[in-house]
Amino acid sequence: MSGRSQIVIDRVSHTYRPPSGGATLALEDVSLEVRTREFLALLGPSGCGKSTLLYLIGGFLPIEAGKIVLDGQPIPGPGPDRGIVFQHFALFPWKTVRANVLYGLERMGLPRDERERRAQGFIELVGLTGFEDSYPSQLSGGMKQRTAIARTLAFDPKILLMDEPFGALDAQTRHLMQSELLDIWRRTPKTVIFVTHDVQEAVYLADRVAVMTARPGRIKTIVDIGLDKGDTGILKSKAFIDKVDEVWGLVRDEAIKAQAARMSP
Amino acid sequence: MSALARYLPLLLLAALWELAARLGLVSSLALPPLSQVVVAWIDLVRGGELIGNGASSLWRAGAGLALAVVVGAALGIAMAWWRPVNVLLGPLVEMFYPMPKSALIPVTVLWLGFGDGSKILLIFLGCMLPVTIGAFNGARGSDQTLVWSARSMGASRLRMLWDVVVPSAMPELLNGIRTALALSFILLVSSELIVARQGFGYLIGLLGANGTYDAMFAVVLTVAFLGFAADRAYQALVHRVLLWRE
Repeated sequence: MSGRSQIVIDRVSHTYRPPSGGATLALEDVSLEVRTREFLALLGPSGCGKSTLLYLIGGFLPIEAGKIVLDGQPIPGPGPDRGIVFQHFALFPWKTVRANVLYGLERMGLPRDERERRAQGFIELVGLTGFEDSYPSQLSGGMKQRTAIARTLAFDPKILLMDEPFGALDAQTRHLMQSELLDIWRRTPKTVIFVTHDVQEAVYLADRVAVMTARPGRIKTIVDIGLDKGDTGILKSKAFIDKVDEVWGLVRDEAIKAQAARMSP
Repeated sequence: MSALARYLPLLLLAALWELAARLGLVSSLALPPLSQVVVAWIDLVRGGELIGNGASSLWRAGAGLALAVVVGAALGIAMAWWRPVNVLLGPLVEMFYPMPKSALIPVTVLWLGFGDGSKILLIFLGCMLPVTIGAFNGARGSDQTLVWSARSMGASRLRMLWDVVVPSAMPELLNGIRTALALSFILLVSSELIVARQGFGYLIGLLGANGTYDAMFAVVLTVAFLGFAADRAYQALVHRVLLWRE
C-alpha cells in the first residue's frame, strides 16, 4: 500500500474535562500519518484514547493541542468527506432502514431518483434487501450495523472512520462482518481508520496497525501487516498467527497497565 | 380484554346510581336518577345551551393548549441545547412549576377580562411548563453519536436540531403534552366556574344555582366524558407517532 499521506496528525494532545470530577489526559503528543486508501487499525487497551483520536479526526471534538491536517487543510469540523460508523450503530431509530440510508443523500441534495437508486444499491450491497421498511428496533445487531455501514458508504466519503464497529456483535456475526467489510473495501477502496481492541481483528483487516499505549494514549509503534487479504485460508496460515503473536506482544504490557490503572484509582 | 369487560364496571356504577336514586337511598336532590340526567342532557342539546357553551370551552382549551405545546416545546428544546437559555430560564421554570396555576385565575381576569382571552392565557400558562420540562428532558437525552452522525452526513446545526434533537425528545415531550391535556380541562372548568359568562364551567355553576340538578349533572358528565375521550384519542395518536419504538 503506497500513496501519499492523506491525514497528518501532528503532536496532538487531548484532555477530557467532565462537568464533574477532574481532568484526564486522554491523548499525549500523538503523531501519525494515514495514507490514501490504506486500511489502518488503531489498536489499544480500553480507555487509551483511540476513540478520542478518531473523534478528533472526525471533527466532533475541538483540537486543543497540536494539529490534524487533511489533504493539506486543517480539519474544519464534521463533514461528509469523513463518514463514521459507531459501535452502537447510531441509527436514527425513528427512521426505517431506507430512510436512514437516504439521510446523507438528502443532505447532498441529489435528485430523488438518484437518491432512491443509490440507497437501494447500498442496501443490496450489505444484504438487507427485503428489510428496507423495517425500523432499527426490529433488526438484529448485525443487521443494524449493516444498515449503518450502508448509510455511511452511500454518501461516498473519502475516509471511513470506524469506532469498534463490530464490538457489540456476537462472535459469529463479527466474523462474517469482518470478511464482508474487507470485501466491500476491496470493491470501493477508501481510507479506513478502524478503532479496535481486538488484536486478531486488527491484523486480519488492516494494512498497518498503530499500537497505542495505556492512558495517556500515545502511538507506541506501527506494525506493517503485509498479508494477502484475498487468501481465504489466511486465518489459519502461519504468517497470520505469527503476526497476531507479534502484535499481541506489543499490546499485552499496555493492557496490563490499563487494567492496573483501573483497579487502583 | 373485550370492550364489554372493560366497561362493565361503568355499567354497574350506572345501574347502582339509578337504583339508589329510585329506591330513595339517597335524596334525589343530591343525586337525581341517571335516566332523568339523560333526559336533561337531551334537552340541553336540543335547546342549544350545551353546544354553544361547549364550543366556547373547547375553543379556549384548544387555543391555550396549542399555544402551550408550541411555546413549551420550543422553550424546552432551546433550554436543553443552548446553555445561556437554560441559565436564564431554568430557575424560573423550577420556581413556577409547582405553583398551583388556579391561583392565576383572578390575575388573568384582571389582565384580560371575563372573556376568552383570560381563559386562554390561563390554560397557556398552566399547561406550558409540563410541556417545557418534557421537551427539555427529552432533548437533553439525545444520543451524542446520533448528533455526530447527522453532522458528519452534512446536516447543519439547525438541521440537526430538527432532524435529531426534536425526534429524540418526542417520547418525553408527548408525555408532557398528555399531562398538559389533563391540566387544560381542570383549568378550563375551574376558571369558568369562577368568572365567566360562557362555557361548561359557567353552565354547571348556573344550573346548580338554579337548582336544576339533573341538568347540572348532565353537563358534569359531558365534561368528564370529553376529558376521557380526549385522553384516549391522544394516546392513540401517540401510539401511531411512536410506532418506531415497537
